[in-house]
Amino acid sequence: MEEKEAVAEPKEKKTHDKNEVVIEIIHLKKSFGSKDVLKDINLTVHSGENVVVLGRSGQGKSVTIQCIVGMLIPDGGTLKVFGEEVADLNDKELKELRMKIGFLFQSGALYDSMTVRENMEFPLTRVLKLEDQGEIDKRVEEVLEAVGLAEAIDKMPSDLSGGMRKRAGLARTLIIKPEIMLYDEPTTGLDPITSREISQLILDMQKRYKTTSIIITHDMECARITADRVVIMDDGEYIAQGSFDELHKSKNKLVQSFFKDIS
Amino acid sequence: MAEEITIPGWKKWLEDIGEQVSFFIRFIKNIFVGGFEWSEFVRQCYEIGYRSMMLVGITSFIMGVVLILQLRPTLVEFGAASMLPKTLSVSFVREIGPVIIAIICAGKIASSIGAELGSMKVTEQLDAMDVSGANPLQYLVVTRILATTIMVPFLSVIGDVIGLFGGFLALNLRDHISLSLYATKVLASLDYTDFLPAFIKTIFFGLAIGFVGCYKGFHSSKGTESVGLAANSAVVTASLWIFVIDAIAVQITSLLFYK
Repeated sequence: MEEKEAVAEPKEKKTHDKNEVVIEIIHLKKSFGSKDVLKDINLTVHSGENVVVLGRSGQGKSVTIQCIVGMLIPDGGTLKVFGEEVADLNDKELKELRMKIGFLFQSGALYDSMTVRENMEFPLTRVLKLEDQGEIDKRVEEVLEAVGLAEAIDKMPSDLSGGMRKRAGLARTLIIKPEIMLYDEPTTGLDPITSREISQLILDMQKRYKTTSIIITHDMECARITADRVVIMDDGEYIAQGSFDELHKSKNKLVQSFFKDIS
Repeated sequence: MAEEITIPGWKKWLEDIGEQVSFFIRFIKNIFVGGFEWSEFVRQCYEIGYRSMMLVGITSFIMGVVLILQLRPTLVEFGAASMLPKTLSVSFVREIGPVIIAIICAGKIASSIGAELGSMKVTEQLDAMDVSGANPLQYLVVTRILATTIMVPFLSVIGDVIGLFGGFLALNLRDHISLSLYATKVLASLDYTDFLPAFIKTIFFGLAIGFVGCYKGFHSSKGTESVGLAANSAVVTASLWIFVIDAIAVQITSLLFYK
C-alpha cells in the first residue's frame, strides 16, 4: 500500500522562447450527442501570451480548455500541448502534463471539507509528493501572500467571500508553479470592483509566475485588463482575433456587439 | 443536424453495470498503487464508525427489547420461557442484528457519502482534484469504501452486544434473571457457526454500502437536484444489495454449517 508513484516534482521551470508554440489547436471538433459544440477550432498560443476567449454563453468556450487539460476527448482535429498530442497520452503522461497546467474553475472549486491551508497543501503533498513540512509551509505562505489571503489561511471555504474563494482557488492552482494557466470565467458572479481586482491579480500572477494563459470570459473589462490577444468565438468556431484595441475597431457586427458598451 | 439517438433502457442498464464493474476494478487497483491515504482513512473510520455508534446502539437496544417483548407470550404459551435468551441471541446474532444494522448504516452512511461526493461533483471539486494531477479515487473512494468495509462489521458486533443487553433488560420487566445467568445462557447457545458467517457477511454489507455510496456520488449529474438523487439512490441501491448479499450468505451458510 505504501508504494508511491514515481512522479517527480518538475525541475526549475523551463524558460520558453517567446515565439515557442505552447498550445496548438487545428480543426478541433467536439460534439455532445447531436449537438456540435466545437466545429472547427484553430488556435496557436505562444509562450508567455495571455489569450482571452470571448463568446456568448453556451457556445462551448469552456469545452476547448477542458480538451486542453484532457478532461474531454476531442472527436477530431489536433490538440498539442508542448508539442504532445493530448488525446494520445497515457495516464502517467497525462498526469505529468497536468502538473504543468493550472486550471481555475468558475467557482474556485475549493475542497470545502478542508481549511484554506489544507487546500494549498493538497497539491503539494498529493501531486508533487513534498514531505518537508518547512518547505510546504513556506510555499503555502508565499502563494497566499501573493494573492493577498495570508490572513485567511486557517479559514474554511464557507467563511470566504466569492472574491476570496477565487483568490484561494488561484493560489491553489499557482502553488505547483504551472507553465500554463487556464481560467474558466474567473470573474463570473463577482461585483465589478472585485472582478477588476481578480483581473488585475491574474495579470500580476502571470508576470510573477511567467505563465502562458487562456482566459475564458464574457467580461469585457477582464478581457481589456488581461488580454495580449482576444479571440471571439461563435457557433463552434473562432471568428476573429487580434488585440483588444484592434477588435474594438472591427467592422464585424458580431465583434462589435461585444464591444458596444465599451467607450 | 444529426438525428437524435435514443438509447434503449436495457442498453443503459447494461452500460451502468459495465460502469460499476469498471469503477470497482479501479477501486481495487487504487488500493495498491500511488500511496495509501492513511490520514483520510482514519478520518473516515471516525466519521463512519464513531459517529454512527449512537444510532446503531439505540436501534439495537430497541430491537432487543422489542424482540423479547414479542417472543415472550408465544414461548410462555409453550412453556418455553427459559428459551428466550437462546432464541433472542441466535436470531439476533445470526440475522436480525447484522441486517438491521446494515440497513441503518445504508441510510446514514451510503446517503452521506453519495451526497458528499455528489456535491463535490456539482461544485467541480472532483474535476479540480482530477485536473491538478491528484487522484480523487485514491483520496475519496478507496478511503471511504475501506472504512465502511471495516467499520460496519465493527458496528454490527457492538450492535449485537447492545441488542442482547436490551433483551436482558426487557426480560427483567416480567421475569427475574441475573445478568450472569443471562450471559451464560446466551454464550452457551452461540457458537462460531452463528457468529462467524454473520460477521463475514457484514464485511460484504460494508463493502456494498461504501461502494454504492461512492459510485452514486461520483456518477451524479451536474445539477443541485442530482445531489439529492445520488443520496436517495445510494440508500435504495445499498439496501437492496444488503438483502441480496444476505440471501446469498444464508444459502452458503446453510450448505456449510446447518445441514
